[in-house]
Amino acid sequence: MTATAESPTAGEVATMRVELQVLRMNPEGTHERKAGESYWDFFVVEAHPTDRVLDALHKIKWEHDGSLAFRRSCAHGVCGSDAMRINARNRLACKTLLKDLNPARPIKIEPIKGLPVEKDLIVDMEPFFASYREIMPFLMTSGAAPARERLQSPEERARYDDTTKCIMCAACTTACPVFWTDGQYFGPQAIVGAHRFIFDSRDEGQWDRLEVLNDKAGVWKCRTAFNCTEACPRGIEVTKAISEVKKALTTGEI
Amino acid sequence: MTAPRLKDPRARSGRLRPGAEQWSWRFMRITGPLLLVLILTHLFINLLTGDGVSQIDFAFVAGKWASPLWQVWDLVMLVLAMLHGGNGMRLLVNDYATGRRMRTTLHSLLGFSVIGIIVLGALVIFTFDPCPAGADASLLPSFCEGVA
Repeated sequence: MTATAESPTAGEVATMRVELQVLRMNPEGTHERKAGESYWDFFVVEAHPTDRVLDALHKIKWEHDGSLAFRRSCAHGVCGSDAMRINARNRLACKTLLKDLNPARPIKIEPIKGLPVEKDLIVDMEPFFASYREIMPFLMTSGAAPARERLQSPEERARYDDTTKCIMCAACTTACPVFWTDGQYFGPQAIVGAHRFIFDSRDEGQWDRLEVLNDKAGVWKCRTAFNCTEACPRGIEVTKAISEVKKALTTGEI
Repeated sequence: MTAPRLKDPRARSGRLRPGAEQWSWRFMRITGPLLLVLILTHLFINLLTGDGVSQIDFAFVAGKWASPLWQVWDLVMLVLAMLHGGNGMRLLVNDYATGRRMRTTLHSLLGFSVIGIIVLGALVIFTFDPCPAGADASLLPSFCEGVA
């Protein structure tokens, strides 16, 4: 809410009662729960329809139950800390407005699937980051570095523009049904990360990355379920990027 | 907290050998559309031309298998469908069977049944006798009259 000089009631949005259903887990246990047991907790908060799910979670943490644990940093859809499963879809809590969810039913909030839960909505992201490190996400070149910047045409830049938008929130990887069942799979995000360098004209490590992704648990595990494309809060066409990597591998051309 | 160690860039091989999983993926991509054509044509010829579903009896099948075209057609359809389906099942087993022993067991069961069905089906297609001795002539294809 921005402060205005006008009367405070002008343009005020009516609040509503929102019911939230949060899947919780305390690794140390509470006086009524065993350690590591996961259970549903219910909260009712007063919120504006234009509030985000993150605001509702803040309300719970600040006014109802301070023990609720979740990650958030920038709270504006840039840092990628607060990816969670909201009404059975992976979204960023800071980019989902309450009015866009069905207010007649409780809003279901779960931690993202496929990664070990540490507490409540916080998961261990290490396996996810390990996959990203596997694909060598840094510029690889040969020869001496040029005295000026490495030039690139707008067309060359456009080839991998989509995949530069990734904020590594893990919404895509933890929406992938193959990732849920097989922890060996790199997951969509690592392939997006690789795509960003493979199709960069300044980079020379394409074939090293493609070799990594040609592995048994690499791109060939993708079944084009399109869950990742749907989950991406940045609108990256993840499945398309994976298919471009597959094409580069089958045709041998980048 | 220490920063996670990044992998060193590897020595470049400069080429890429297609692995087994890549061939499996290519195989599925090629046989998928092929099977679509084979099966839809098969269903169209059997069910929508002539007398439709009521025409299918021993004589109809025997008549079809008298032509080498349909022998080869059915064999290709059998082999591709079994390999395509079997490969799909193999991928499912890889996804869901986590234990090593479970995986090996399911893979071998799958392999045996795929090979078994292909062998049995091929045997039927090529050793099929359209005019068995002593059968009711009204049930046999018309070309059996001179043989029996």
